[in-house]
Amino acid sequence: MSQLLLDVNELTMRFGGLLAVNKVNLSVKHRQIVSIIGPNGAGKTTVFNCLSGFYIPTDGSIMFNGQQLAGLKDFQISRKGLVRTFQHVRLFSKMTVIENMLVAQHRHLNTNLFAGMLKTPSYRRLEKEAMDRAIYWLEEVNLLQHANRAAGNLAYGQQRKLEIARCMSTQPQLLLLDEPAAGLNPNETKELDQLIVRLRDEHEISILLIEHDMGLVMGISDHIYVIAQGTPLADGKPDEVKQNPDVIKAYLGES
Amino acid sequence: MRGSLYNAIFAAGITLVLACLMLGVRLGAEGTTLTVYGAGADRWEWILAGVGLVFLSQLFSTQLGRLSSRIPRPDLGALKPQDATWKVIKPWLLAALVVGLLVWPFMVSRGAVDLATLTLIYIMLGLGLNIVVGLAGLLDLGYVAFYAVGAYTYALLSEYFGFSFWACLPIAALLAAAFGFILGFPVLRLRGDYLAIVTLGFGEMIRILLNNWTSITGGPNGISGIEKPTLFGLEFSRRASEGTQTFHEFFGIDYSSGQKVIFLYLIAVLLVIVVIYLINRLMRMPIGRAWEALREDEIACRSLGLNRTVIKLSAFTLGASTAGFAGCFFAARQGFISPESFIFIESAIILAIVVLGGMGSQIGVILAAIVMTVLPELAREFSDYRMLMFGLLMVVMMRWRPEGLVPMKRPHLELK
Repeated sequence: MSQLLLDVNELTMRFGGLLAVNKVNLSVKHRQIVSIIGPNGAGKTTVFNCLSGFYIPTDGSIMFNGQQLAGLKDFQISRKGLVRTFQHVRLFSKMTVIENMLVAQHRHLNTNLFAGMLKTPSYRRLEKEAMDRAIYWLEEVNLLQHANRAAGNLAYGQQRKLEIARCMSTQPQLLLLDEPAAGLNPNETKELDQLIVRLRDEHEISILLIEHDMGLVMGISDHIYVIAQGTPLADGKPDEVKQNPDVIKAYLGES
Repeated sequence: MRGSLYNAIFAAGITLVLACLMLGVRLGAEGTTLTVYGAGADRWEWILAGVGLVFLSQLFSTQLGRLSSRIPRPDLGALKPQDATWKVIKPWLLAALVVGLLVWPFMVSRGAVDLATLTLIYIMLGLGLNIVVGLAGLLDLGYVAFYAVGAYTYALLSEYFGFSFWACLPIAALLAAAFGFILGFPVLRLRGDYLAIVTLGFGEMIRILLNNWTSITGGPNGISGIEKPTLFGLEFSRRASEGTQTFHEFFGIDYSSGQKVIFLYLIAVLLVIVVIYLINRLMRMPIGRAWEALREDEIACRSLGLNRTVIKLSAFTLGASTAGFAGCFFAARQGFISPESFIFIESAIILAIVVLGGMGSQIGVILAAIVMTVLPELAREFSDYRMLMFGLLMVVMMRWRPEGLVPMKRPHLELK
């Protein structure tokens, strides 16, 4: 498809005197995995926060499916189909796994109080659909046997997977993953790798990824953006980025 | 050993100081001045015995702990029937409970029924606050304000416009909900301590308003002679007011003042059952899950497309409307209300009920409400020490069962 799913132009975020993000451009096509890399403190997560509406960007435009996102509230953005995960796992840890999945589908459910009190047919139908979707995604990430356990009691790698499954149950078009491989062991990272590729190929969604694990990034990305100190440094295919002298300098320092 | 010796001396010392202040000395009036009296010798013996007990138990705490761990514990879990049988018995047990609640008042004294009615009011309040504090995790210290709104709604509407109790019940709930909405708006962004302070202030504002708006609310004198509820227009008084009939005349039985008490009790049972059912449904509905999710992680909620404004306001309004319900009934039962009934300590007791019962757990809240209202009545002789026992109960609970009497159980969802 020719039309861009996400088109970010000159995104700028300023905190007082600190220029955290400086004129960053990004574009994501349909069914693409795009990564943002850069040294610690480069402003990658700030970009995510702007895209998902947690910060209101100082300047720049964010077009998603041809609609302007800059200035919308966080929950409005995620309802448009742009959903994110967090650097630190943010689950509803005292609730069960399946409840986590149902909460995520809140807006697809019949939230009318009277409908719920009376259990109207439309309420039951939507509740059942949500349940089916939750089960489908739990199966997909291999967590179905833990469905009635408290989310906080899962192993760390499982919590990571649950977070992705929870996002997917909202039926997004673009998934923003903030360091999904942080704290995972090599096996789990490989599983995650396969999961992300499957999301693109089978479920036809796009993924924007922040990650430090270069093996993962270089292996699955269709396009990579490099940011250093809030400013775009380079972008291109994995191989191009790998060879770029500026990128090597930013990561390893000047010799 | 050395460590526990110091520990024991320290604990005994603190016990001595506290006991001396609370039990050893007493103030008495002598003419116009106050004099300090020391306690009698027998009381000092008790204090010293207590101090000795604390000293010894601290000194040998490790040994005692080892000893108590050797006592075999009964397996309470085994007493609960299997899941399949439980499903069969549960509706019968519930039905038996409801029938028991309805029949019971005809066999006991008037005082007991009256106390049960009061307990039921606190159950309603606890269940309402449980939505706000237990489920949505919003610490509300001014909950009694909504109770007051409900009570005054009925009192004023019945005094000035002659509204009946049954008409006022929904109005009181709606008005309290409106106040919950008004309070909810400015505190949307607040959490934890800040929220507690603002809600505390709100509770005081309502009370002070009622106290000072003398022309309408009667100020500190309150409103008296509030009409009692009627049964389809039948009054529960000795003589009917004009154009009406009394209950005992209609059914041709003798008048007894107990009828009114039992009637009020039955209304309370009905209201509590309605409230339990509604809140139970709410907890299993999307909105109930959203409340809990908001308590667990607000940021994750926002990222998943949940509108926190709607969710928080709905928790505040629904919690408040329950208090409005309870307030309306309270006014009808008392027949007299004044701002005195809605002081901060009431909020604190309701909050204690929620925390003691187990945040979010309905059965826990109901049990705690019973404990908190019935125990002080049973221990009437110790009423001087009521607050002391209250504090002790809190400390003991927080030390050994911080999750409450009956911690909330997560619903087990069937997958297929």
